[in-house]
Amino acid sequence: MKYSDTVHEHFDNPRNIGVIEHPDGVAEVSNPACGDIMHLTLRIVDARITEAKFKTMGCPAAIAAGSVTTELLIGRGVGESTPLTRAEVNESLGGLSPQKVHTSVLAEDAVKAAVRDYHRRQGK
Amino acid sequence: MRYIYLDHNATTPVLPKVLEAMLPYQCEAFGNPSSVHHYGRRARVAVDDARDSVAEVLGAPASSVIFSSGGTEANNTIIKGVAQARREHGRHLVTSQIEHPAVLDACAALERQGYAVTYVPVDERGLVDPQAVRDSLTDQTILVSIMVANNEVGTLQPIADIARLVRERGVLMHTDAVQAFGKVSLAVEDLGVDFLSFSGHKIYAPKGIGGWYERSPAVLQPLLHGGHQERGRRSGTENVPGIAALGKACAIAAGDMTAEEERQRQLQQRFEHGIRERIGEVRIQGEKAPRLPSTTNVAFGGAEGEALMMSLDLQGVAISTGSACSSGSLEPSHVLRAMRVPRPYLHGALRFSLGRATTADDIAYVLDILPGIVAQARGV
Repeated sequence: MKYSDTVHEHFDNPRNIGVIEHPDGVAEVSNPACGDIMHLTLRIVDARITEAKFKTMGCPAAIAAGSVTTELLIGRGVGESTPLTRAEVNESLGGLSPQKVHTSVLAEDAVKAAVRDYHRRQGK
Repeated sequence: MRYIYLDHNATTPVLPKVLEAMLPYQCEAFGNPSSVHHYGRRARVAVDDARDSVAEVLGAPASSVIFSSGGTEANNTIIKGVAQARREHGRHLVTSQIEHPAVLDACAALERQGYAVTYVPVDERGLVDPQAVRDSLTDQTILVSIMVANNEVGTLQPIADIARLVRERGVLMHTDAVQAFGKVSLAVEDLGVDFLSFSGHKIYAPKGIGGWYERSPAVLQPLLHGGHQERGRRSGTENVPGIAALGKACAIAAGDMTAEEERQRQLQQRFEHGIRERIGEVRIQGEKAPRLPSTTNVAFGGAEGEALMMSLDLQGVAISTGSACSSGSLEPSHVLRAMRVPRPYLHGALRFSLGRATTADDIAYVLDILPGIVAQARGV
């Protein structure tokens, strides 16, 4: 399996690993086919993501996807549309191979679910 | 950085003595073995000598050894060649769920041509039950193909028991011996098989050479036509340097097989014991089955295999994963699924495969770094 330098870099030094205590949005999503699991917690202040942490049981691409997702999320607003798409995750990682694109899908699913959780907590 | 190669089931380095044995047949004694002149005769002698060395490892007559481009070609020739030659007798084959893709995909190709194939299961230890093979035989069965040693987990199948039951019923028996050849004793008379495939690059010969044993008179339609080489079983000018190398590799393997097997078995025990001492939630596949001394397939609960493999690679240790995720499919290994490996371990399997160059020091180094790598992967 060949990975971009960016994937390698994130795999070697993943950013924002862990779990935020008392998060404003939380999600755990999984891909039953390959067994990947991604856990994402968000701190959201004034409808803007100020902190994001992830944990994953997954392949190097899944770890890199989680890492880059948290980096991209911080500072973004949580309005009507999703703050992050799979295409952006894929692009930020220098392009995943067709076999590994599913890790960016998992990342987007986690983001959507965590934001949904935030809105639910807000009573919307 | 220190580099340690623990992926010998994938391929092995060419031994210097093996390289030395093949070099004369590149530039100097380059003749075509079919030529009558001096150049051809020298090449012919090299091929004949190598055939003797291979035959000795198998305890078989030299005339029963056919050279090919490798294990995949051998498996394809035998499975498709027997199916073709025996199609008037029946159109049913039997194999196992844990075979190498070279066997499984050849069988699948036959299924598309209207043959029926039974894939017998294995138990949780990774072993085929000889009775299950016998129960799967019908009056349409023409060939049974079960591997000697599994490439992913190293389990050694009871080939002699299976072959006895199969041949009692007048059915031909093939075994893919690619992972076992040159590593454990494989006398074809003891195994009782009609066909056996082997490969050179798993035993320190170069890639691109291998072959098969066939019991005479063999029922087999050749895959390659076009000449009379290898008694018409496998046409094409012989890969003389490769054949010479394989002959040398077999002579070296025969020279110290028992001692090397014992040496690796001790390293394997030290390694597996060390893993259990240092790391929790460990599962060693096929632990309770007879296994190759070279192969340890181990999974760590809560840690994903490819991530572990890449972390080990960053620290100079080369291994394979047991999860096919890294080889392009999302599905976990067909071997581990057939063995009903529990879910938490299914995606975390690593294959460490030892070889001639592996030392106790190498094992100690891996045992030093492995706990940290597993802990890190579990922490992400």
